[in-house]
Amino acid sequence: MSKVIVVTSGKGGVGKTTTSASISTGLAQKGNKVCVIDFDVGLRNLDLIMGCERRVVYDFVNVVQGEASLKQALIKDKRVPNLFILAASQTRDKDALTQEGVEKVIEDLKADGFDYIVCDSPAGIEKGAQLALYFADEAIIVTNPEVSSVRDSDRILGILQAKSRRAEQGEEPIIEHLVLTRYNPGRVDSGEMMAADDVIELLSVKLLGVVPESEDVLNASNSGEPVIMDEESKAAQAYKDIVDRFLGEEKEHRFLTAEKKSLLKKLFGK
Amino acid sequence: MALLDYLLGQRKKKSANQAKDRLQILLAHERSERKAPDYLPKMREEILQVIAKYVEIDQNQLQISIDEENGFEVLELNLVLPEK
Repeated sequence: MSKVIVVTSGKGGVGKTTTSASISTGLAQKGNKVCVIDFDVGLRNLDLIMGCERRVVYDFVNVVQGEASLKQALIKDKRVPNLFILAASQTRDKDALTQEGVEKVIEDLKADGFDYIVCDSPAGIEKGAQLALYFADEAIIVTNPEVSSVRDSDRILGILQAKSRRAEQGEEPIIEHLVLTRYNPGRVDSGEMMAADDVIELLSVKLLGVVPESEDVLNASNSGEPVIMDEESKAAQAYKDIVDRFLGEEKEHRFLTAEKKSLLKKLFGK
Repeated sequence: MALLDYLLGQRKKKSANQAKDRLQILLAHERSERKAPDYLPKMREEILQVIAKYVEIDQNQLQISIDEENGFEVLELNLVLPEK
């Protein structure tokens, strides 16, 4: 059975695309057939994070409007088998996506045997964001432990619960997962940043994982390789845990508190 | 005095706690607004018009909300009448 996952947040710049790229890569590494769709019409970026920007010929809007077939538009990832990217269009026409068009693409992907269809939502609560979440079975809410991000996440949760297809048709509600990114355990310990438990309590969403703030995320996007592929990185380990938990594995949460630095480390850094 | 406060452990409130406290209040307020029925703004207008026929009131003085209390939905109207 195919599952549609929306990665959303309300607020921009919290790590939706980074998370979409890493989670879809992780799911594909586990042997699933995955398609990740960039819903940010006009501001295409997932292709850059996935490192396939020079291979975009046709995009999501071309498929929706019947100018290209799905097969022509899907970009096959060069690193991980069974991973495909559907790029956003660069058009400035915000009405380029329609609900019927999106539904057709998702149904066609399901018929093609995709296990997971990951929808990378644009920021905001406008049409693009609403379309990205409309057909979702599960939602990954990406939040930073910061006031405006938490508030916007609460807003988007309200929309998930009221305006998705599942809500409108009175079906089982969308399963919600919280991914806390840019988490700084040191500042949490010193009371300068809300802890994961605070955010969970405020939003009443189950925690899927915490991604510690990491320099590797910028390095990864610089080189066009999802950060989950950087084996050494803590962010990668965090995303691997997130994928495992998403697939039902029980795993203890990591990166919640700061590592105690040994005296040697304190003296010589790193 | 400041020194005494410090010694007594009355240190500055941690900002993370402030963030959580502010969000708790804000989210509760925004959620109740979100749940409010669509007709509320229009009903508010009409109620105001009726009241304005009899007393002079400040349009912004009417607060109207729908809350849930003990399983009942309660429509609450709050209006301060002007001093005579």
